[in-house]
Amino acid sequence: MGLLSKKDVKLITDPLADNNPITIQVLGICSALAITAELKASIVMSIAVLFVLGVGNVVISLMRNIIPSKIRIIVQLIVVATLVIIVDLVLKAFAYELSKTLSVFVGLIITNCIIMGRFEAFALANGPWRSFLDGIGNSLGYAVILIIVGFFRELLGSGSLLGIKVLGDPIEKTGVYAFGYENNGFMLLAPMALITVGIIIWVQRSRNEALIEDN
Amino acid sequence: MANTDKNSYTVLFATGMVLIVGTILAFLASSLKEKIAENKRIEKQQNILYAMGVNDNDETSVEFVSKDVVADEFSKYITKQLVITGTDAVEDNNAYLIDLKKETALAKNPTYKRRLPLFIGSKDNTKFYVIPVRGKGLWDAIWGYIAVDSDLVVQGVYFDHKGETPGLGSNIKERFFMDDFKGEHIVDGDSFKGITAAKGNSDPKNLNKTDFEVDAIAGATITGDGLSAMLKKDLKMYLPYLKTLKQ
Repeated sequence: MGLLSKKDVKLITDPLADNNPITIQVLGICSALAITAELKASIVMSIAVLFVLGVGNVVISLMRNIIPSKIRIIVQLIVVATLVIIVDLVLKAFAYELSKTLSVFVGLIITNCIIMGRFEAFALANGPWRSFLDGIGNSLGYAVILIIVGFFRELLGSGSLLGIKVLGDPIEKTGVYAFGYENNGFMLLAPMALITVGIIIWVQRSRNEALIEDN
Repeated sequence: MANTDKNSYTVLFATGMVLIVGTILAFLASSLKEKIAENKRIEKQQNILYAMGVNDNDETSVEFVSKDVVADEFSKYITKQLVITGTDAVEDNNAYLIDLKKETALAKNPTYKRRLPLFIGSKDNTKFYVIPVRGKGLWDAIWGYIAVDSDLVVQGVYFDHKGETPGLGSNIKERFFMDDFKGEHIVDGDSFKGITAAKGNSDPKNLNKTDFEVDAIAGATITGDGLSAMLKKDLKMYLPYLKTLKQ
């Protein structure tokens, strides 16, 4: 691949595991807890963040030399808010049904700390192309965790995946429910999302010694 | 490059940025306004038809009649639209455009006579009375359309929400929840009961249609309470008119 140097590839692959935004940088935790009760919501949120972070990183990177440092956080916030509103308006006009599914996430994207975090930590100091790759990489890393958490929460909490009842019908007592299995309603609540994220962090650290800090 | 730390530069930058962003957004919003309003109008017609069972549902999905045919279907199935004020009912073919949010706000003034839209439809020789409702969920507004027959038995509902939690409160617009309302009664003889989304009503299959309860959604207590309150409050306003139908 002529377009991507080794360093560029690292920008995309690093956030997927060793520098994951959620489990290592601890960015974007709030939305990872709030909307992962369903796998579908996790996927939609991931796509939305992919778009906003990719484009936002480029915009901020292009402006990085003219943004006054005193108000840079506000400038970042305006860029995210503008992008999100533009997307929302365009969807409402041309893809109304899709915009209805997404409307819940619009507010969550603006307040998603992963976006501000990457603007501040990366886009302000790097060129547009590298910033774009960083945005894509980090949102993919975010997506991986969201989808894992969403998968387990929906499976164990509601006994379904993407709304399809894969474990049988809990009321008619078919499938695994015939053997006395019950859905764990706890999985639908935010604390269990935090515990799920915690387990992912534990697994990841136990497999990679480099991630363990010295005390 | 200019010195970006100077106060004058900061003020200039902020002003410029606000102007540019403001212009872009204002331009976009006003140029798309009509299209968005049209989408909302179509959606209302689809929602009303959905409540009376005119939809493209398969086994589990929620599918409206398609955009292209909604106008024809709406005029075919909705035979009459009424605006009820006090005891008067006037026919008005644009009653479905009445904004419930504005009406609720105006109704806070005690001298204002609230206008209540009611849609009368007929399908397979059954008459449907579709009542729009609006209330508060956990985060934001929830609303819906309730279709009842002349015996005040629910024939179908449609619920929607602006920002309920995905996977929890947002499930009020899923089939498994909405279908539960079919066949429920809202009055017990002469007394009005409404329908409550109840926890632990030991009737998860909802076999008892005269208990005025449906099974609530786990993890969505406040959305469910808001929904029950919305049904009680808004359906009650139509009761004087609906009672005249029985006689």
